[in-house]
Amino acid sequence: MLAALRGRIAAAPWIWSFLGTAATWLVTVSISGGRGGEEIISAALTFSAFTVLVSLGQMMVITTGPGNVDLSIPSVIALSSAVAMLVMDERAGMIVPGLAAAVAAGLAVGGANYGLIRLLRIPPIIATLSSSLVVMSVAIVLGRGLKIKPPQVFADAVTTKVAGVPLLAIVALAAAVAIAFVLERTLYGRTVSAIGQSRRIARLAGLDVERASLLTYMLSGGLAGLTGALIAGFSGGNSLDQGAEYLLLTIAVVVIGGTSVSGGRASVPGIWGAALFMFLIVTMLNASGVSPGLRMLITGLIIIGVIAVGGSERAPR
Amino acid sequence: MPRFLSWSAAERLLPALTLAALLAGIFHQQPRAMSYFGLDLLLNLSIPIIFATLAQMMIIAINDLDLSIGAFVSLVACIGSTLLTTEPVLGVLALLAGIAAYGLVGALVEWRRLPSIVVTLGLSFVWLGLAVIVLPTPGGRAPAVLSTLVRVKPPFAPLPVYVAAVVALLGWLAVSRSSMGVVLRGAGGNPRSVARAGWSMLAIRVSVYATAGVLGTLAGLSLLGLTTSGDANIASRYTLVSIASVILGGASFTGGRVFPVGAVLGAMTLTLAASFLTFMRISPDWQIGAQGFILIAVLALRALLTRWKETS
Repeated sequence: MLAALRGRIAAAPWIWSFLGTAATWLVTVSISGGRGGEEIISAALTFSAFTVLVSLGQMMVITTGPGNVDLSIPSVIALSSAVAMLVMDERAGMIVPGLAAAVAAGLAVGGANYGLIRLLRIPPIIATLSSSLVVMSVAIVLGRGLKIKPPQVFADAVTTKVAGVPLLAIVALAAAVAIAFVLERTLYGRTVSAIGQSRRIARLAGLDVERASLLTYMLSGGLAGLTGALIAGFSGGNSLDQGAEYLLLTIAVVVIGGTSVSGGRASVPGIWGAALFMFLIVTMLNASGVSPGLRMLITGLIIIGVIAVGGSERAPR
Repeated sequence: MPRFLSWSAAERLLPALTLAALLAGIFHQQPRAMSYFGLDLLLNLSIPIIFATLAQMMIIAINDLDLSIGAFVSLVACIGSTLLTTEPVLGVLALLAGIAAYGLVGALVEWRRLPSIVVTLGLSFVWLGLAVIVLPTPGGRAPAVLSTLVRVKPPFAPLPVYVAAVVALLGWLAVSRSSMGVVLRGAGGNPRSVARAGWSMLAIRVSVYATAGVLGTLAGLSLLGLTTSGDANIASRYTLVSIASVILGGASFTGGRVFPVGAVLGAMTLTLAASFLTFMRISPDWQIGAQGFILIAVLALRALLTRWKETS
C-alpha cells in the first residue's frame, strides 16, 4: 500500500509542488485570519499565468538535454513588450498585429539562439547569454522613454475574468494542455524527450534532432514574446525590467515542478504547481510582514531546500 | 599558416589580440587616453571584475556554473560599507562567514549531486536578501584603508595594470602549472578518474567554492574601495560579465579547460568595451549590446580557427 503510493509519487514528481502550494495557501489564509482566501487564489492564478507561459518554453529547452537553458527570456520580454506597444500604438484595431509582432520578435530571437549554437558550436548557455545582451540593447533603444499605453480593450482583456477565473489563467492553462499534448502525442514532442535522454541515440534512430532543437528554441522565444506583450497590457505599458525576474523564476519553476534538469523528462502539471507555489510563498511572506530582504533570503533558502530534498541528479554538462 | 605558430597558440593568443584591437581603437579615437591617467581611468573598474571573473573561472573549471557571484560581490560591498567600517571585527567575521557559506554550498552540490545552476540561482536570492538586510538603502561608507588602497599610484603604469599582471601570473602558476591545478582541471575533465586516483571530490568541490568565495570577497572589497559606498544591486551584472569574460579568455565550458591569463584579459576587454563606445560616439544604449557583439565575434573567430584546424 505504502510502496504503491511511493511508486505513484515517484512517477508524478509534480505532486510535491501542489502539496507545497496548498500548504502555503493555508498558512497565508490563517495568518490573515481566514480572510481573503479567494482573492489570494485569484491573484495567484493571474500572476502565475505569466510565469507558466514563459516557463513552458524554458521547460522544453531544458528537456532537450544537459546544458540547454534559455537565458535570453528576460531580454525577449523587454523587447517584445516594447514591440507590442509600438505596433499597437494605443489603437484597438492593432491589437492582433501587435501580439503577432511580439511573438515574431521572440521567434526570431529563438531562431538566432539556435543559429549561434549550431554555427559557432558553443554551449546554449553562452549562446543565449550573448544574444540576450544584444537583444537587451535593441530593447533599450526601442523602448527608451516610450510612454505608450496599451489599447483599452487589450488592457481590459488581460485583466478580465470568465466565470470568476482570470482570462489569462485560462489562456495559460490552454497553453499547458497544448504543450502536454505536443510532448506526448507528436513526433516533435517525442523527439524532444528523446534528445534529452540521448542526443546521439536520437540521431542514430533517424530523428531530425536539429529541426527539433531549432523549434524548441523558437518555441521558448515565441512564448516569451507573447508573455512580454501580455505583461505590457497588464501593467499599463512596457518597461525594460519587466522580464528581469523571469530568468531565475523560470528555471526555479521548471526544476521545482519536477522536470529533470539533465533533460529527457518534462513535467507540465509541475509548471503550474511550482508557479503557484512560488507566488504564494511571496504572498505568505508579505502577509506575515517580513522585510523585503528577509523575504528574498527565505525564498532563496526554500529554492535550495526544495532542490536539495527533491532533485538529486546532476546534469553532466 | 607558418609552422612556428601552432593552431592552439593562435587560439591562446585570441584574448590578447582582442584586447589589443580594442585598445588600438580607443587610442586611435582619443590619443590622450594613451597616458598614465587615461589608462587608470579606463581600467579602474576592471579590478573587481577581474577578481569576480577568476571566481567564476574556478567554478567553471569543475564543470559547474555560478549564477550568484554578482549578488555575492554586492553583499560583500554592503558588509564592507557598514559593519566593516563601524565594527571591524564583526565585519571581518561576517566576510569569513560568507566564504565558509560558499564552501558549504560546494559541499551540498557534491553531496546531493545537485545541478550547480539551480543551487546558485537560489543562493543569489540568499545573498541579495542578506545584502538588503545589511544595507536597505544605498549608502554606507567604505573603510578608509580600502579607498586609499585602490587609489595607490605606482610608478610606470597605473594600479589596474599591476593587479592584472600579478593576478594573471598567480592564476597561471596555480591553475596551469601546479599539481593542485592539475587535480582541479582533472576534476572538471574526468571527475571519476580523479576520484579513483584517491582524491575526494567533496574536498575538491568545497575548496573550489571556498576559493571562489575568497576571490568574490576581494572583488567586493575592491569595488567598494572604488565606489566608496555600497548598494545591494551594485554588482548584479557581474554574474553575466564574469561568465562572458571566462569564455572570452578561451575556456571551453566543459572538461576543465580554463585559462587564467585569458580570463583576466577577457575581463579587461569587457570593461573597455563600454569606454570604446563612448569614444566612438555611439549611444550608451548599445553598451550591453557591444559586449554581446564582442562575445559573438570572438566565438565566431574561434569557431573558424577550429574549423581550419580540422581541415588543414
